[in-house]
Amino acid sequence: MQIPAPFDYERASDVANALALLERHGPESRAIAGGHSLLPMMKLRLARPEWLIDINDLAELDFIRREGDQLCVGALTRHTALLESTEVAGLFPIVRDAELVIADPVVRNRGTIGGSLCQADPAEDLSTVCDVLRAKAVIRGPGGERIVPMSDFHRGPYETAVAQNELLCEIRFTIRPRSGSAYEKVERRVGDWAVVAAGAAVVLSADGTIEEAAVGLTSVGLDGTVGEAEAVLRGQQPQEDLFVEAARIAAAACHPVDDQRGPVDYKRHLADELTRRVLRRACVRATGAEEG
Amino acid sequence: MTTTQEHAPNPAAGDPNRPIGFGRIQRKEDPRFVRGKGNYIDDIVLPGMLHGAILRAPVAHARLVSIDTTEALAHPKVRAVITGKDLQGLNLAWAPTLSADVQAVLVTDKVRFQGQEVAFVVAEDRYAARDALELIDVEYDVLPPLVDARRALDPGAPVIRDDIEGRTDNRIFDWEVGDAAETEAVFATADVVVAQEVVYPRVHPAPMETCGAVADFDPVDGRLTLYETTQAPHAHRTLYAIVAGIPEHKIRIVSPDIGGGFGNKVGIYPGYVLAVVGSIVTGKPVKWVEDRSENLMSTSFARDYIMQGEIAATKEGKILAVRTSVLADHGAFNATAQPTKNPAGFFSIFTGSYDLKAAYCKVTGVYTNKAPGGVAYACSFRVTEAVYLVERMVDVLARKLDMDPAELRLKNFIKPEQFPYANKTGWVYDSGNYEPAMRLSMQMAGYEDLRREQREKRGRGELMGIGVSFFTETVGAGPRKHFDIVGLGMADGAELRVHPTGKAVVRISVQSQGQGHETTFAQIVAEELGIPPESIDVVHGDTDQTPFGLGTYGSRSTPVSGGAVALVARKVRDKAKFIAAAMLEARPEDLEWEKGRWFVKGDPSVGKTITEIAFAAHGTVPLPDGIDGNLDAEVTYDPPNLTFPFGAYICVVDVDAGTGQVKVRRFIAVDDCGTRINPMIIEGQVHGGLTDGVGMALMEIIAFDEAGNCLSSSFMDYLIPTAMEVPDWETGFTVTPSPHHPIGAKGIGESATVGSPPAIVNAIVDALAPFGVTHMDMPCTPARVWEAMQGRARPPV
Ligand SMILES: Cc1cc2nc3c(=O)[nH]c(=O)nc-3n(C[C@H](O)[C@H](O)[C@H](O)COP(=O)(O)OP(=O)(O)OC[C@H]3O[C@@H](n4cnc5c(N)ncnc54)[C@H](O)[C@@H]3O)c2cc1C
Repeated sequence: MQIPAPFDYERASDVANALALLERHGPESRAIAGGHSLLPMMKLRLARPEWLIDINDLAELDFIRREGDQLCVGALTRHTALLESTEVAGLFPIVRDAELVIADPVVRNRGTIGGSLCQADPAEDLSTVCDVLRAKAVIRGPGGERIVPMSDFHRGPYETAVAQNELLCEIRFTIRPRSGSAYEKVERRVGDWAVVAAGAAVVLSADGTIEEAAVGLTSVGLDGTVGEAEAVLRGQQPQEDLFVEAARIAAAACHPVDDQRGPVDYKRHLADELTRRVLRRACVRATGAEEG
Repeated sequence: MTTTQEHAPNPAAGDPNRPIGFGRIQRKEDPRFVRGKGNYIDDIVLPGMLHGAILRAPVAHARLVSIDTTEALAHPKVRAVITGKDLQGLNLAWAPTLSADVQAVLVTDKVRFQGQEVAFVVAEDRYAARDALELIDVEYDVLPPLVDARRALDPGAPVIRDDIEGRTDNRIFDWEVGDAAETEAVFATADVVVAQEVVYPRVHPAPMETCGAVADFDPVDGRLTLYETTQAPHAHRTLYAIVAGIPEHKIRIVSPDIGGGFGNKVGIYPGYVLAVVGSIVTGKPVKWVEDRSENLMSTSFARDYIMQGEIAATKEGKILAVRTSVLADHGAFNATAQPTKNPAGFFSIFTGSYDLKAAYCKVTGVYTNKAPGGVAYACSFRVTEAVYLVERMVDVLARKLDMDPAELRLKNFIKPEQFPYANKTGWVYDSGNYEPAMRLSMQMAGYEDLRREQREKRGRGELMGIGVSFFTETVGAGPRKHFDIVGLGMADGAELRVHPTGKAVVRISVQSQGQGHETTFAQIVAEELGIPPESIDVVHGDTDQTPFGLGTYGSRSTPVSGGAVALVARKVRDKAKFIAAAMLEARPEDLEWEKGRWFVKGDPSVGKTITEIAFAAHGTVPLPDGIDGNLDAEVTYDPPNLTFPFGAYICVVDVDAGTGQVKVRRFIAVDDCGTRINPMIIEGQVHGGLTDGVGMALMEIIAFDEAGNCLSSSFMDYLIPTAMEVPDWETGFTVTPSPHHPIGAKGIGESATVGSPPAIVNAIVDALAPFGVTHMDMPCTPARVWEAMQGRARPPV
């Protein structure tokens, strides 16, 4: 049995209480949601928080609801809830694509979207998903609430805009007509982290050209989405040679490293291959999509 | 799952759904496991028990400069901190391995692999023990590590074992078998010769339960009770007696429920010895249970063979000879568990299932700065490596000759009339009938249709592969004149008692780690005596309660202990005949046996059941001279030969041409393990072994970086397959009994692990044929498959 270093524990009753506890116990205190990232690190003694503030009772952060043209997802929403939501699957099929390949049912039953984003592991699938959907993060802290676009949320591996005494409360996705999205991941085994994964989201204009596009890659050292590829797609008719060009650009833009999952050239190849696949699928979905 | 050819019901067994003897019955041990009532090492709690934890080396090769334990000892819950120096005082710093080498229990001079044991803390709870590890201050002087086995014999390579007098290099042994000159002559004149390097990377058994022990030394009467995760309790007892100097009659080893072994729990680990020392030092019971990373980093790995294979044939496809030279990476200590005369285990079975004119192999074992071990992981003493080599080589040859790999195999099998078959490396195969098994697997697979489908798919640029392997196993070690482990002959005992009411208890020397011994061995007694299996208890895993024997590994339980149990039951049956004769006032020679009773020849209505006889044995019936008043017996079985199970496997894969991902679509496994005792247990063993095979073929490897850091120290990095990676297994069987085994059974524990990796790799290589790929090494991860498609296949080490 792997055993973490000693720590203390408090269970928060609501958001205000959680923020107060984080403030009171100071820099060595940390929120714990599903625990599926934090606990493994603690057991390996890679993380040694002195206090854990358990936010699992914060039912107010566990929701999926539509408000106007926004889909609002509470930070404590479990992977399983996202996977099983037909509303999410209809509006943002990329979420379901990704959730199907995130970990295994045991992890998905506990792990949360908030924890995934705050963990900010470079291999975190939901980071790419939120990036390409251009989601916004609702963060609360002692100074009140602020809304941060994904492009400002991620600050490099394991770093986010959420300060130690703040909580990520909600993630908002904008619902747009004629939109489509897709995610595909190559893993060595079910439940493994991505060797490489790609996500794409497109919005088509009435004439079928690509009005908006987002392309993101997981596990290949990218900050945010691939702007150059998106620029190439914008205003064009979706077709294979366009996808090929966008994928080529995306593959060239990323910075994979050689590791147990594969060498650099393979990962770059996957970036290319998977980008083509998700663009194709996102565009097909956009064409067939009901108006939001 | 699909199973063809059901076992024919045995009419003597009565209701086929409740066979009294062989047949499909549910496992007797399962109710306790499914209800969470198993009793594993970590379930054992003794009064006053303390907890141990091991400090492990963070580097692969370093001189130990100093250890400061002051702070750890000052921890309020710490009772003892033991270092190599303390062990030196007890003459326990080094312990003999199972392969005529020594292994450090705790480092005294230098660290030889990352994860090696440096110090042992005993504390009041396991949390404190772990915390105190961080309070030990160790200074290391880091040395250049030797990680690449291919460089082990280079002139300037760091000498790892400078502890051994006179050692100037890293060579452990050179071992050869077969006739080099004869083989060279055949190769020189053959029409076709192909060569291929074939690497079987280092993998790990990764049993669900890690290793652990609870040591309880009684200072008053000097008695040691040691609960251990061991597959070989009796052998361990003898070794502890020799190593620790505790008299053997004062040692009791208990191996309770074991959560998987696969060879990982054969040897004696430093942790076990340290628990014992901890108990002696503190006067309290000490529990030590390793965590997952410790298990993966420091306990017995498997394989790690770099094999140069060559195969010679006529242009018509008659295989003439196989030759190989092997570089075997044994890690920092030669701690492989194998019979003394077989430093490369049974690798010399690399001649496979084929009738060859010549064969020769040379194996060189070397030290590297990696964890020791070697034979673990369901490998039948390295039959796994041998079968993988020959089955890969036959496929390489098939490609060269442009022949169908199934046809090529069919053309070269040893013929049924050639058995017993003496191969070119000294084995005598007991029995075999290979062609029907091969044909059955092809029929189950729909082999011709699969090939047709493959042609169509190739036309469309889709990658589908069909892989064949045919293996012959070598199990049931073994005859004591040939096989021993540290001098202990590989025989096994059995004791059987039939109680007055006809219920029985059979005590065996082998030990189950999940194989279903409590059911299988009860069924053997049931078959021989006609007592229902549920009325027979199987006792195992406790040296105070069972007869001596060498334990469970190398698929030896049924071939050796199964023989012992059948013979002990027959001994009881023979004795019962005399008692029945006394009861019936008949002459023993006038009695005839039918399952469960002796009766008078010609008058079947006059007879006595085994239950009646058992009562009489303990009752008042006057017994004939020489027959004492019980229905008990004991035997030690020394098998006359090994047994040679075999099988034909076919695998179908689809490869994603864009990503290199492999999907195992179908797997057909036809096994022949001789007499089938419990088909359900056999299928379970096969399913498990096939799953192992998928793991090794596709994802498993214990990898190291250049500094000797183990890169596979958790299940995040050491991938084992799940239900998602394996297809619906299609199993079938043929039955070719062993002629020398009392019930004709051959053993099945490792067949599927041995036979499946080559079938899967052959299928992948077949799928990649359009890219000109003729070989790739395991693990066939997406990245490695893609590299092979680019013409850049590379060895994993
Ligand atoms: C075996 C395994 C396999 C996995 N495979 C994958 C995979 O394939 N793909 C993938 O994307 N992920 C994978 N994961 C990670 C999984 O998705 C985790 O659930 C997720 O990363 C973290 O969510 P959590 O709720 O468990 O977070 P926790 O572990 O509880 O927290 C993670 C971090 O986020 C902080 N945090 C959590 N919630 C908040 C909040 N509301 N506000 C501020 N800070 C917060 C915590 O303080 C901590 O630093 C895997 C995990 C495991 C154990």
